[in-house]
Amino acid sequence: MEFWFSEPHTPNVKLSIRVDRQLYSGKSEFQRIDVFDSPEFGRFLTLDGYMMLTEKDEFIYHEMITHVPMAVHPNVRDVLVIGAGDGGVIRELTQYQDLEHIDMVEIDELVVEVCKKYLPKTACRLDDPRLTIHYEDGLKFVRSKENAYDLIIVDSTDPFGPGEGLFTREFYGNCYKALREDGILINQHESPFYPEDAAACQRAHKNLVESFPIAKVYQAHIPTYPSGHWLFGFASKKYHPLRDLNETRWNLRGIPCRYYTTTLHKGAFYIPAYVEELLKHVEHE
Amino acid sequence: MLSQERAPIYEALQEFEKKRVVPFDVPGHKRGRGNPELAALLGEQCVRMDVNSMKPLDNLCHPVSVIRDAEQLAAEAFGAAHAFLMVGGTTSAVQAMILSSASRGEKIILPRNVHRSVMGAMVLCGAVPVYVDPACDDRLGIPLGMRREDVARAIRENPDAKAVLVNNPTYYGICSDLRAIVKMAHENGMLCLADEAHGTHFYFGADMPVSAMAAGADMAAVSMHKSGGSLTQSSLLLAGPAMSEGHVRQIINLTQTTSGSYLLLSSLDISRRNLALRGRESFAKVVEMADYARSEINQIGGYYAFSEELVNGDSVFAFDKTKLSVNTLDIGLAGIEVYDLLRDEYDIQIEFGDLGNILAYLSIGDRPREIERLVGALAEVRRRFGKEPDAAGLMRQEYIEPQVDASPQEAFYAPKESLPLDKTPGHICSEFVMCYPPGIPILAPGERITRRIVDYIKYAKAKGCSMTGPEDPDIERLNVLSGLY
Repeated sequence: MEFWFSEPHTPNVKLSIRVDRQLYSGKSEFQRIDVFDSPEFGRFLTLDGYMMLTEKDEFIYHEMITHVPMAVHPNVRDVLVIGAGDGGVIRELTQYQDLEHIDMVEIDELVVEVCKKYLPKTACRLDDPRLTIHYEDGLKFVRSKENAYDLIIVDSTDPFGPGEGLFTREFYGNCYKALREDGILINQHESPFYPEDAAACQRAHKNLVESFPIAKVYQAHIPTYPSGHWLFGFASKKYHPLRDLNETRWNLRGIPCRYYTTTLHKGAFYIPAYVEELLKHVEHE
Repeated sequence: MLSQERAPIYEALQEFEKKRVVPFDVPGHKRGRGNPELAALLGEQCVRMDVNSMKPLDNLCHPVSVIRDAEQLAAEAFGAAHAFLMVGGTTSAVQAMILSSASRGEKIILPRNVHRSVMGAMVLCGAVPVYVDPACDDRLGIPLGMRREDVARAIRENPDAKAVLVNNPTYYGICSDLRAIVKMAHENGMLCLADEAHGTHFYFGADMPVSAMAAGADMAAVSMHKSGGSLTQSSLLLAGPAMSEGHVRQIINLTQTTSGSYLLLSSLDISRRNLALRGRESFAKVVEMADYARSEINQIGGYYAFSEELVNGDSVFAFDKTKLSVNTLDIGLAGIEVYDLLRDEYDIQIEFGDLGNILAYLSIGDRPREIERLVGALAEVRRRFGKEPDAAGLMRQEYIEPQVDASPQEAFYAPKESLPLDKTPGHICSEFVMCYPPGIPILAPGERITRRIVDYIKYAKAKGCSMTGPEDPDIERLNVLSGLY
């Protein structure tokens, strides 16, 4: 018997992963949720058939979306995380002892329930006393916040579905307002490689450039995401991601990582020529 | 058995498709084969359904089978004696309604804020408008409904009028006291007509303003493609028991195409079925979303998303809560400016912006996540572009009472000359000037131009409203009646 999970990355390309068994399948008000076990990638979660995370490679995404801003901002106390129902970002954040409060806004309560049950490797810190989980629309939550956060992490799904509102100008504008005067926003930016993803990437970058004085892009390599080449947006009111990086301070924290290092931090902002071109194109429109 | 679960035209199209009939008739694209790019754009299924009238599919001009059945079901669903499927937009339904009621020289009593299609129909048939001054809300700068006493006076002063026309509701969702107006019209031997371009849902939703047929009106033009969910350009004309079905059909056939689109017809059929079976719950959701949006928008500050609190028992007899109208003057921006910002900065297209208000059209196709985007964007518009409200800088939209000195038809066809805008006051206009949307005439053929009207046109242009109607698209000049006028 052969049992495979396949996800089309474009109409003409797909990634298939051999599955041992399906552990969960359910449908929430917002999306279909599935959890599988696989020989190569361990347990993995999909939403509406799109790969969200695998146990094998999730560390890359979660370390890169969290530690990059944390090594730049000198004094993060209040954090807002949008999406992130799998708990991976929270797991990374709770390693910082000086964080005072985290608001996590996930639209789909069922995702959190399923992750708590089937994905303990990422959902292990969702009971941290500093964390408050809000089950509501991220755009709505952030609208009423002003000058309230040092860091906002947007760990959204793809911009074609429930996450669509999180790739918009109004959302980033509302986030700008919700951040303190030296706040930073990190956005998962999709992949620059396949045309449809690249267009989403360009749109997100354009919206951030228009909303923040500093808007840079950094990259990571995530095997199970389309093309494997993934971008993050670093948008900031004051701190520059490289000039304000404090390597000593971060390294003294002694946070164990398998992907992120402060050296890689610097390299991650040096992106391929075609990606630079793609982004420059929307900066000067 | 005919019942609301059925959709006769849709069913006939499905049957027809199975037969794989060889087409040696129009349309010439022959199920899309002759126009592959079009088939790729619209989809194979869609172009295969674009067929001509034929025996198994009936004929819109003289329906005897499936179209007749569909019309019967529509009449039943809307509580009408007859329903006519229309493929020329609600404009064609409005025209058929006017042309069925009055002929050359006969009067129709109507509010000034009628849609342009009503004026167009009067040019066609030669009827003469008797305008009722719609009350105006000074704070919002919007025209309201007709007051009962104003309608009564118009009837008293024009006992020979043939019909009274009512907007049910206006573009902004405002309803007049339709039941009372129907009663007054009928007591004086006049027909009562309703422009229900924005009122399809009144027939199906719970706690809605009264629909024209329920109020006893004689005819109603219903834009199924607006809140009803059918394809653009499809519409319904409803008639009460006093109208002769055959006469109305003859009038419709004067101007209606003989090649009625089956895409439009089947969309009417399917939408009627949806509304009859699920309309109540669907519109309850729309109202819930609109109420939610209003409360969120009103919390932003500056904006005023208005609703039922406007109801005053007369000029605002009822309010359509599915309409999301927002006054923007207190954030220091004109409605049209907010309209443009939403589109240019946030990729959000709303229905219209006038001088002081915007209207976002909510329907059975909306989801909460889009509402959040709209509210989020409005908050951003205020944060990034909001100004101190400047009472002097923002002219409010006011009602300018028209002075009718010739019938629309006379004026439209009379010898005319073109004058620069500033030279026109005192002359009689021979064309329409519309601020579109919402498509309410500032001037109609036969009306005397005044300095105040010219100032208003200039201002609306400067504010970026889309002005249409005149031969000169830039409205630097207007055509006026030459000679003795």
